[in-house]
Amino acid sequence: MAFYRSHVLVSVDPGCLAKGALEVIDALHDELVAQGLVDEVQVLETSRIGDPVQYGPDMMVYPEGVHYANLSVDDIPYLVEEHFLKGRIVEKFRAKEITVADEELGAPKPKEVRIVLRNCGKIDPNNIEDYIAEGGYMALAKALSEMTPEEVIDTVLRSGLAGRGGAGFPTGKKWQFARNSSDPVKYIICNADEGDPGAFMNRRVLESDPHSVIEGMIIAAYAIGAQQGYIYCRAEYPLAVKTLNIGIQQAREFGLLGENILGSGFSFDLEVRQGAGAFVCGEETALMASIEGRRGEPRPRPPFPAVKGLFGKPTNINNVETYAVVPQIIVNGAEWYASMGTENSKGTKTFALAGDVKHTGLIEVPFGITLREIVYDVGGGIKDDKKFKAIQTGGPMGGCIPEQYLDLPVDYKSLASVGSIMGSGGMIVMDEETCMVDIARFFMEFTQDESCGKCVPCRVGTRRILEILTRICEGKGRDGDIETLEELCREISSTSLCGLGQGAPNPVASTLKYFRHEYEAHIYEKRCPAKVCRALITYEIIAGVCTGCTVCARNCPVNAISGERRQTHHIDPDICIRCGICMQVCNFNAIRIN
Amino acid sequence: MVTATESVTASNPLAISEKKQIIDQIIEQNEHLPGGLMVILNELQSQIGFISEPMQQYVAQKLRIPVSIVHGVVSFYSFFTTSPRGKHTVKFCMGTACYVGGTPQLIEKAKQLLGIEAGQTTPDGNITLELCRCVGACSQAPVVVVDEEIIGRVRPNKFPQVLRPLQEDGKVEKSS
Ligand SMILES: Cc1cc2nc3c(=O)[nH]c(=O)nc-3n(C[C@H](O)[C@H](O)[C@H](O)COP(=O)(O)O)c2cc1C
Ligand code: SF4
Ligand code: SF4
Ligand code: FES
Repeated sequence: MAFYRSHVLVSVDPGCLAKGALEVIDALHDELVAQGLVDEVQVLETSRIGDPVQYGPDMMVYPEGVHYANLSVDDIPYLVEEHFLKGRIVEKFRAKEITVADEELGAPKPKEVRIVLRNCGKIDPNNIEDYIAEGGYMALAKALSEMTPEEVIDTVLRSGLAGRGGAGFPTGKKWQFARNSSDPVKYIICNADEGDPGAFMNRRVLESDPHSVIEGMIIAAYAIGAQQGYIYCRAEYPLAVKTLNIGIQQAREFGLLGENILGSGFSFDLEVRQGAGAFVCGEETALMASIEGRRGEPRPRPPFPAVKGLFGKPTNINNVETYAVVPQIIVNGAEWYASMGTENSKGTKTFALAGDVKHTGLIEVPFGITLREIVYDVGGGIKDDKKFKAIQTGGPMGGCIPEQYLDLPVDYKSLASVGSIMGSGGMIVMDEETCMVDIARFFMEFTQDESCGKCVPCRVGTRRILEILTRICEGKGRDGDIETLEELCREISSTSLCGLGQGAPNPVASTLKYFRHEYEAHIYEKRCPAKVCRALITYEIIAGVCTGCTVCARNCPVNAISGERRQTHHIDPDICIRCGICMQVCNFNAIRIN
Repeated sequence: MVTATESVTASNPLAISEKKQIIDQIIEQNEHLPGGLMVILNELQSQIGFISEPMQQYVAQKLRIPVSIVHGVVSFYSFFTTSPRGKHTVKFCMGTACYVGGTPQLIEKAKQLLGIEAGQTTPDGNITLELCRCVGACSQAPVVVVDEEIIGRVRPNKFPQVLRPLQEDGKVEKSS
């Protein structure tokens, strides 16, 4: 009888079979034969190991008792070589405890202060009693029984709370304007359109703590004298819509929405309306047009919504996060809130930290924290210890901030002073391997596509910028392109109607300002310093490092890679489309870019 | 399984009595809401799967508004489609984090596997590939959305596993 030093149990649960467990077993067998290990390692089929949806195909390896998960055929050569030949456990294939909640939020990181996010992940969003047990609806009770609408507005004003949707307009002032409109019919709207790519703070609050937003809206409605409210939620967030509807229903059952709320004589009700995939609908006048059942095109202001808004009536519109902090301010007082932050910006702000930083996810920090603290303390630094290049804030209408401004204390004014904006709170950290021209092109593609087309400069100008940027990335940049871009940027921002057109040039203008040398390298040297732009790079397999595992060849979408098993492979540059897949799948780091 | 004849009649839901019933119900329930047109269109898109020209005409006639208005709204919003999608949709997130994190490579891989471009449907009407905006799961970039399920950290060589259940037409487990 053979003596095996290792036993591999591969799950053949139907879920794993559907995800290719048999192919993994075949590959494993082939590889063991190829590496001469077939008499030492026994492969057995077993029933379910971990949840196949999360982990399949997966296997247990004894005697170590290691659980490898989400395996594919391509992982096998590396796994066999490392684990069975060299005796090293392959950490990157090991099963991880995956819980979405933790990945997004987790325990507070250093320097975080959680006010908006305080309940997220801690209470059951579908149970209003959980929210009430955490002190929920205390603020509403206090406002309705002890405060006049004017006192509510005064408290919000003194707290220094500013709109979290991007512009940072003082919330109390906005409420005052709406309060002062004499029309007996008024509306209140919550902007939950969160369209900036890379931003998901609002989604998380809506999904995890919907009542904080509902309570904030009821208080705002009381303050300005509105009878009906709408939450406009983007169609990409079906779970948020569902959670909100459950929350609204429960609030009605508890007498917190509807007629005569808590016996105060004040009546107010709420409804969720869904967007349908148009970024410009985040702009307040476009959003109102959309709720009215029309094309979501912005209109000039004035008249401001507080005077003439939804269905022609005075309307107050705020962001999700703005409403979510209101109950906290009412309960803890204006001074408490104003004690956090900077001279110009009070309180805390949530950000969605993404990109090349070790800990991505949601964070909430007081204003005044520096970008460096956000990247290195809260975010844990750059992934794989690469070099920091830039941080993009403010979404598609924001800018890229270079290293020299990392010590900038974050608030609305400071970010604007370096050519970016606060926006709704997306922050994308970019390392040295990001091409700034490519990033500018990416954002321009977005705004160009999302321009509603009403203004000529926004519609035509963004297309022209995109054409020039695309050309530059393809190595066809010309002398004078940089100057034309600068000219176009100025023109578009000064002549567009809404914030989309006005802010669209920011990604280009800021990269032109701080990373001009990258543009120049593309145009004059036909070189992409970050090795990203496809037309300007070639892929090469390094002889001596390549083990001839064949993974790259099998994954190349155009079959540009050839080579015998166990021999160094070769990429044909004429066939290669520079998609970079080979580099991603090679487990031996044997592919480089020239 | 959707047979060929089924998918042909499916392109005119007004001709199928149970679908027509759903359409009528959607219109009846929402026509008196302020701004009800948007609600009706959203419901039609989600329950029927698309809003064809005849459906737009039908809505206009029921609401007694010009069809040009309905058409204008349908064409403005990218979520509304005028023809049926495949039985399954695979959406690639083109948000910043995912774009930087490898969506372009995934699209190449999908092209290789299915022989269709983003925006197209496989000839058997089974799978539609689409691009979408940031779905708010950036910390798991790159993200694909299979039907309603968000799948994160998809590497090109793991992508066949994502497609396999659809190709075998098995039901994808919906995560909530
Ligand atoms: C193109 C564009 C998109 C916008 N998107 C959003 C958004 O997704 N969410 C949001 O709250 N505000 C967005 N805004 C800002 C809104 O117009 C408005 O200022 C905000 O909802 C006011 O709420 P606040 O005072 O609480 O910030 C956007 C503005 C523009 C010009
Ligand atoms: S600036 Fe652009 S998005 Fe805004 S209204 Fe004009 S065309 Fe539309
Ligand atoms: S270059 Fe290709 S064949 Fe060589 S080790 Fe990497 S994936 Fe395997
Ligand atoms: S960028 Fe893809 S989920 Fe946000």
